[in-house]
Amino acid sequence: MRTTSDELFKALADPTRRAIFERLCRDGSLTVRALTDQAGVSQPAVSKHLGVLKLAGLVRDRHEGRETHYSAKPQGLRPLIDWMSHYGAFWNDRLDRLEDLLKRMDQ
Amino acid sequence: MTSADTRSLVIEREISHPLDKVWRALTEGHLVEEWLLKNDFQPKLGHKFNLRTTPMPQWDGVVDCEVLSIEPKKSLSYSWNVGDAAKGGIATIVTFTLTPTHSGVLLRMEQSGFRADQEQNLQGANYGWQKFLAALDRVVAKL
Repeated sequence: MRTTSDELFKALADPTRRAIFERLCRDGSLTVRALTDQAGVSQPAVSKHLGVLKLAGLVRDRHEGRETHYSAKPQGLRPLIDWMSHYGAFWNDRLDRLEDLLKRMDQ
Repeated sequence: MTSADTRSLVIEREISHPLDKVWRALTEGHLVEEWLLKNDFQPKLGHKFNLRTTPMPQWDGVVDCEVLSIEPKKSLSYSWNVGDAAKGGIATIVTFTLTPTHSGVLLRMEQSGFRADQEQNLQGANYGWQKFLAALDRVVAKL
């Protein structure tokens, strides 16, 4: 579980990969070429990002003729969503606010 | 607290403010609203209350809570339930513990009872996903 979470964090910490993943969540199945058209990086770079996403369990690929179609596996996010990212981010954010409030209470 | 198939999230913070003040921020409803969520909290054992955030698709934004234990200026614990646990909601317990230090207070927040084998949690997924993207860089920086 720990390893999975690490892979997920690494995969999603990159804004380009995040954008690719979001796009697949939104648009369904897409080819590398279709993804490259909007990613703002080269096709090999997109392929590499897709490889990292696949390793993290966030996308699946399907070969059709000479093209590979990628689609999102949002359930790959589950280990993070369940508790770590969701509530970890939530509580860190809220405790930041608590400290801000305590500062204001001084005044 | 944790059995084999549940997980806890623990966050600790050194806070350089007096114990009395930190306790007030945790137990006075209008102060709790300023840092956590809108609420009808009261510092009474057994008091049932709600925390409320903006409703979003698949979730009305309501957290159901009940004060489970309260020890003035030491600890506060309440249930934190979202949705129907049988349908993939969460049933957890949040406990704040305050320990005086020479410069203020050590605040420990534990949220326990997350099921590792949980079915896809629609409430959590939607809420978590949005928060997650917004906060990802910060979370990673703190790992």
